[in-house]
Amino acid sequence: MKRTIITVVGKDTIGIIAKVCTYLAENGINILDISQTIVQGYFNMMMIVDTSTTSKPFGDMADEMMALGEKTGVQIKCQKEEIFDKMHRI
Amino acid sequence: MINIYEVAETNKMITEENLDVRTITLGISLLDCIDSDLQRLNEKIYTKIYEAAKDLVKTGEEISREFGIPIVNKRISVTPIALIGGSACKTTEDFASVAKTLDRVAKEVGVNFIGGYSALVSKGMTAADELLIRSIPQALSATERVCSSVNLGSTRTGINMDAVRLMGEIIKSTAEHTREDDSLGCAKLVVFCNAPDDNPFMAGAFHGVTEADKVINVGVSGPGVVKTALEKVRGENFEVLCETIKKTAFKVTRVGQLVAQEASAMLDVPFGIVDLSLAPTPAIGDSVADILCEMGLEYAGAPGTTAALALLNDQVKKGGVMASSYVGGLSGAFIPVSEDQGMINAVQAGALTLEKLEAMTCVCSVGLDMIAIPGDTKAPTISGIIADEMAIGMVNQKTTAVRIIPVVGKGVGETVEFGGLLGYAPIMPVNQFGCEAFVNRGGRIPAPIHSFKN
Repeated sequence: MKRTIITVVGKDTIGIIAKVCTYLAENGINILDISQTIVQGYFNMMMIVDTSTTSKPFGDMADEMMALGEKTGVQIKCQKEEIFDKMHRI
Repeated sequence: MINIYEVAETNKMITEENLDVRTITLGISLLDCIDSDLQRLNEKIYTKIYEAAKDLVKTGEEISREFGIPIVNKRISVTPIALIGGSACKTTEDFASVAKTLDRVAKEVGVNFIGGYSALVSKGMTAADELLIRSIPQALSATERVCSSVNLGSTRTGINMDAVRLMGEIIKSTAEHTREDDSLGCAKLVVFCNAPDDNPFMAGAFHGVTEADKVINVGVSGPGVVKTALEKVRGENFEVLCETIKKTAFKVTRVGQLVAQEASAMLDVPFGIVDLSLAPTPAIGDSVADILCEMGLEYAGAPGTTAALALLNDQVKKGGVMASSYVGGLSGAFIPVSEDQGMINAVQAGALTLEKLEAMTCVCSVGLDMIAIPGDTKAPTISGIIADEMAIGMVNQKTTAVRIIPVVGKGVGETVEFGGLLGYAPIMPVNQFGCEAFVNRGGRIPAPIHSFKN
C-alpha cells in the first residue's frame, strides 16, 4: 500500500468533497480515511488514500489535483504520507 | 494513523513558517580525474561531474513534489581543486581554467553553486596550494557559480599564518576584481579553521578526501519554525524554552533525513550526513536573529545574545541528533549578516558590532559570515580579523570561518546589495588600529595544548 495524504483548505462551498472523490474514483484511487474540521472559518479536510492502484505518476496526480483546487477556489495538496509520519512519530 | 492536526501543523510550517530543505549537495570525488595534461584534466572533470550530477536537479524537484516541501538549492561539492590540479596547473591561469570548467558543468546540470575550488593549508602550502590561492581572484571574477574555500588552521595543526596573511591580500584582490558587482566575488570565498569534509553548505562546501566517490549530504533549515514555536511559550522558564527548541529541531531534522534518504535511493548514491543548521534567508520570518529576539532580546547583539545563541545552538543539536542517523557538516545556527533580515536590522540599529559577532561565533557555527566592511580596509587588518576567528576555532575545537566583503568604493553607512539568497548588508565599521607587524611575522601559530582547560 502507498499512502498519500490529500489536504483541502479553503472557503467552504458546495461539492468540494464530491469533486475530489470523483477525481479519485476516475483514477482508481481508494479512500482509506476522511476527516474534516472548520479552522478559523476555513474548510479543512484531510484524506488518506491508497495510490498503489493507480497508474498515474505521482507528480501528474499532484498537478491535476492542484488544478482542480484552483477551479473550485480551494487549495488541494497531495503529499506522500512519510513526511508526516517522520515528523510526528518516533 | 496521522491525524488532521498533525497534517495541518506540518503544512503550516511549510507554507507560513518557511520550513524547507535548504540544500541537497552531491559530493563528487575528482581524485580519479588527476592528469598531467591540462586539457585532459578539464575534460575528465567535466565528464565525471556531468555523469554524476545530470539527474540531481530533476531528482530534487521530484522529491520536493512528492512531499510538498521546497528544496531550495541543489548543489555540488568536489575534491579540493588544489589536489586535483597540482600536476597539470603550472600557472594561475591554468587553475582558473579548471574553475571555468566547474562553472560550465554547474550551468549544464542546473545547480546554482559548485564548491571545492579549495586548498587545505592548515599547516603548510604546497606550490599547487599557493598557486590555487593566488588564482582565486581571477577564478571568482571569471565564473558565476564557483565557490572557493581555504582551510587555514586546525586544532591539531595550529594556524598557518603565512596563509592567513596571503588570504588578506587575496580577499582584497577578489573584491577589486569583482568591483563592478559590489565585490560579489568575496561572497563566494570563505576561509576556515577546522573545515569539515562533509559540509553541504556554500560557500565552504568541498568533498573531503576521506569521503567516498559520491555522497549525498543534506542541509535543513527552519528558523521561522523555531521562532513560531517560541511565540507560544513567551515568559516561560528556560526549561520550557529549551524543550520547545529541541522538539522543533527534531521535527525539522526528520524532514531533512527523509529527503536525504529519498535522494540517496533515487540517485543511487550513498547517504552521507544531515547538517543540523538553522540557516536564515533574507525572507521575512526566516531569521535566526528573530529567534534571539523572541527569547527576550531587544535586538540581536544586546547583552545576553551570546548566552541566548549558545542555548539555541545546543538545543538544535540535541533535538536534531536523535532525528537523523548521521549528523555532520557544520551543524549549528548560522549568523550571516546579509542573509538575515533580523541581523541587518540589528546592525542598522547600532546593536550589533563586528566584535559582538566575533563573540557570538564562539558558541555557534560558523563564523563571521557575509559581513560587508569598507572597501579601504587594509589587507593586514583583514588578516588580523581572520587570525582572531581562526584562533577561536583552534582553541575551542570547533569550525570557524570568515566570509567578509570589503566592498570597493563604499564606506560605513552605505548598503551593498548582493541579490537572491545572499541578501543585502549595511557596511560595518572595522577597528582602525593596526596589526601589520603581528600579521607580517610569518610562520605558524603552534597547535594549542588540550589539557589544563580553564
